[in-house]
Amino acid sequence: MCGIVGLYLKNPSLHDEIGKLFAPMMVAMTNRGPDSAGFAVYGDEVSEGIKLTLQHEEADYLWHELQAELESTYGGAVQMDVYSEAGAAVLKINASEEGIRSYLETNHPEVSVMSVGVSIEILKGMGLPEDVITRFGLAGMKGSHIIGHTRMATESAVTTEGSHPFTTGMDLCLAHNGSLSNHNRLRVELQREGIHFNTENDSEVAAGYLTWRLQEGDTLKQALESSLDVLDGFFTFVVGTQNGFAVIRDPIACKPAVMAETDDYVAFASEYHALADLPGIENAKLWEPEPATVYSWGGDAE
Amino acid sequence: MTTVDLTQSSVRELNQALHDLPKDATGEWTVNGTKGEHAVACGIDAPLDVTINGHAGYYAAGMNQQANVVINGNVGVGVAENMMSGRVHVKGNASQAAGATAHGGLLVIDGDAAARCGISMKGANIVVKGSIGHMSCFMGQAGCLVVCGDAGDALGDSMYEVHIYVKGTVKSLGADVVEKEMRAEHIEELGNLLSEAGVDDDPANFKRYGSARNLYNFHIDDAKL
Amino acid sequence: MTTKHPGLIENPTFRRDKLWEIDRAAETGIYDIRGGGAKRKVPHFDDLLFLGASVSRYPLEGYREKCATDVVLGTRFAKNPIHLDIPVTIAGMSFGALNANAKEALGRGANKMGTSTTTGDGGMTPEERGHSKTLVYQYLPSRYGMNPDDLRKADAIEVVLGQGAKPGGGGMLLGQKITDRVAKMRTLPKGVDQRSACRHPDWTGPDDLAVKITEIREITDWKVPIYIKVGATRTYYDVKLAVKAGADVIVVDGMQGGTAATQDVFIEHVGIPTLACIPLAVKALQEMGMHRKVQLIVSGGITNGADVAKCMALGADAVAIGTAAMVALGDNHPKFEKGFNELNSSYGYYDDWHEGRDPAGISTQDPELAAGMDPELGGRRLANYLQCMVLEAQTIARACGKNHLHNLEPEDLVALTVEAAAMARVPLAGTSWIPGQDKY
Repeated sequence: MCGIVGLYLKNPSLHDEIGKLFAPMMVAMTNRGPDSAGFAVYGDEVSEGIKLTLQHEEADYLWHELQAELESTYGGAVQMDVYSEAGAAVLKINASEEGIRSYLETNHPEVSVMSVGVSIEILKGMGLPEDVITRFGLAGMKGSHIIGHTRMATESAVTTEGSHPFTTGMDLCLAHNGSLSNHNRLRVELQREGIHFNTENDSEVAAGYLTWRLQEGDTLKQALESSLDVLDGFFTFVVGTQNGFAVIRDPIACKPAVMAETDDYVAFASEYHALADLPGIENAKLWEPEPATVYSWGGDAE
Repeated sequence: MTTVDLTQSSVRELNQALHDLPKDATGEWTVNGTKGEHAVACGIDAPLDVTINGHAGYYAAGMNQQANVVINGNVGVGVAENMMSGRVHVKGNASQAAGATAHGGLLVIDGDAAARCGISMKGANIVVKGSIGHMSCFMGQAGCLVVCGDAGDALGDSMYEVHIYVKGTVKSLGADVVEKEMRAEHIEELGNLLSEAGVDDDPANFKRYGSARNLYNFHIDDAKL
Repeated sequence: MTTKHPGLIENPTFRRDKLWEIDRAAETGIYDIRGGGAKRKVPHFDDLLFLGASVSRYPLEGYREKCATDVVLGTRFAKNPIHLDIPVTIAGMSFGALNANAKEALGRGANKMGTSTTTGDGGMTPEERGHSKTLVYQYLPSRYGMNPDDLRKADAIEVVLGQGAKPGGGGMLLGQKITDRVAKMRTLPKGVDQRSACRHPDWTGPDDLAVKITEIREITDWKVPIYIKVGATRTYYDVKLAVKAGADVIVVDGMQGGTAATQDVFIEHVGIPTLACIPLAVKALQEMGMHRKVQLIVSGGITNGADVAKCMALGADAVAIGTAAMVALGDNHPKFEKGFNELNSSYGYYDDWHEGRDPAGISTQDPELAAGMDPELGGRRLANYLQCMVLEAQTIARACGKNHLHNLEPEDLVALTVEAAAMARVPLAGTSWIPGQDKY
């Protein structure tokens, strides 16, 4: 059970302010999700190679040692931007996703890969949303679009790994509000298909399902639509994509979803008051997504 | 006239002030600076005139008694839920469960209402000038639901005795719901409601839907050997 | 054959009661509906024993050395928490399921002993509010009869997500009990077989429940405690979420908890035993630093003072009784055997309360039968029963050296069976073994 907020900027001149606009939206969702928080920000696109967000339990993990090791292994510059208070770092490296994931799994299993892509960064942590976003300096971030989530854990532990958004592929992520009811069997089936899970979390299973469908060649729209038949339970999903985001609600649609659109942005929130301070909100088009329908912006789920 | 600015004071202070008034108190209250807060003006029990300027969150005017509440904006989940009497008028759109379980009074929504409009309603009247979402009037027991626009899937599923009037299209009817005859008393009832809600429309343009009453009692066979 | 056959042997899978049920289903085409809680034997409080004082512990003298029994409920947020003299409350039972005389009797008995009663599905009756000094008002998915005037008259509000007999199910009241008065209170046509919704109409999930609780507090000006009641299933997570949603008090009802009417399959096959849910609830509260700050009331098959003491020892703040209270009033009493026989039943076995023909006059709306239920006598009997329960609990507590029932702890208990030891998380008697590794 949780809060989800999302902001997609149509107007590029607002990119520098995305963190400033988004930080209060996260804090507004504190009551819905006091346990932990996370967000996926898209920006700072790499022109060569890929970008990974890495996290470790200890705030004082020696990221630069890892950087040196990767540089000597891969030969060539490796960039490591460290969030010193949060046990997280953004790694930019000229390598394949499979290659670097496999290297890290074998040589550094203590490091978690939170996201992979050319522009996505997924950052999450335990504690109140306000504390988590301060740790990462969200208010000063720049980017084109961002999805955030505040968590009230339902049937699994409160951990960083169990926080949303979950990565579901290159530049893809999922945030979920609701509670699934058939995720345990589905997890076993997906594990047989080679999908890895780190938690007992139902949302992680939904993310794993999407990852699998996309790997099998579905378009994002097809994958989301098929999830209506395969996933049982209550859900509002917000999916971050390389160029935008998508929203889908289950057919019963009990979990909330409010959207706002102006010429400058499209915004999503579980409760309207998270949107109330956005510029131009007084004249925004406000609506609620219909159940069992894929909505998308940015072209990735047409 | 009392004016309250929610950017300066809290919803708690506003509600307490409204609750402290005697049950026969009259007067005008204006609430400015509303930015989606929950439970604004809920639990009023006096014939006040309350105007809320801005969008409200969940349960605006919840359990309203006697008051006339106007919201110049949209509202979140459960506006006027369990209202007993009085009138609530939403100038914008309403989210889910508008008028849920309401026993009396009139709820008017100028825009659209989302899913479950009038769910489990128990005698109130709801007039929506726009359209309503799916599962509206689910298990509705009594009262009238008037929709000038369209209705979503499963209208009136498992309902009891609500009179549902829809002018536009109904995406699908819920379990045990059928179209019913518009007789003179229904035309009159609908006409009065439209007029009360300030809607200039001809009842003859509406269709009536109601319970087929097949679910009222368990069906028990008697296949004795 | 030279030896005599040992006699008829029943097939345990196709026992005769199972055969009867298949015959009934084939005849009617509908599930069996009945009242009461789970009938099958499950690990229960009788499987636990107390370690009384001896050499290492010293007992307290009865009568002279006090063993206090009071409890305060709702200290977290409410301006007016509830002070009870005894930690046994009367659980929610609806007017509709019970008649007005029975509700009045419950109120009288509870008042005498300084405890609370609870309304049920269908709303608050004036008699109930008049006769019950401390009244908890249930806020249910159906919202039958729910209104803000009654909400404000209540001493506490219990948001019901479910009950032990049917976690995940809604209420049920068959046509024969929907009299004029019941129909009017519930805004239903007379004589329908009423089924209540299983989810609340205007919120789903603990995140939205938190907003609903805020609304209820706003409407009652934050004066009264808000309880959240759940049927025992995934109790560890449910209790944590109830705390996060803002509860002052949490009520957990095990599968032995009764109902006036629901499908038999629901009662017997959904939910976990009361014994199993208490340690889960307590662990959840302890991990959040909320044990004793958000109070825990436990119900479902509590019958005597030993049960009360065991619940307290496992960490509950109080218990609630439903079925037992009805029995104290006279439910299933041998005096009505002739009436039970006429209904193809016998005293102690009757559970078709949904039919509204209860010879004891408690779960019927029939005025003639209900007249047999004398509220004053019923009130005295309930008070006597409550008094006896509390005396029994005190006797046990003193024997364990406690000057307050709250000071009973899990270490005062041992179990007779492996199942009870695993569920209650206390050692098997004579050993230090607690079976099971849990992920909770």
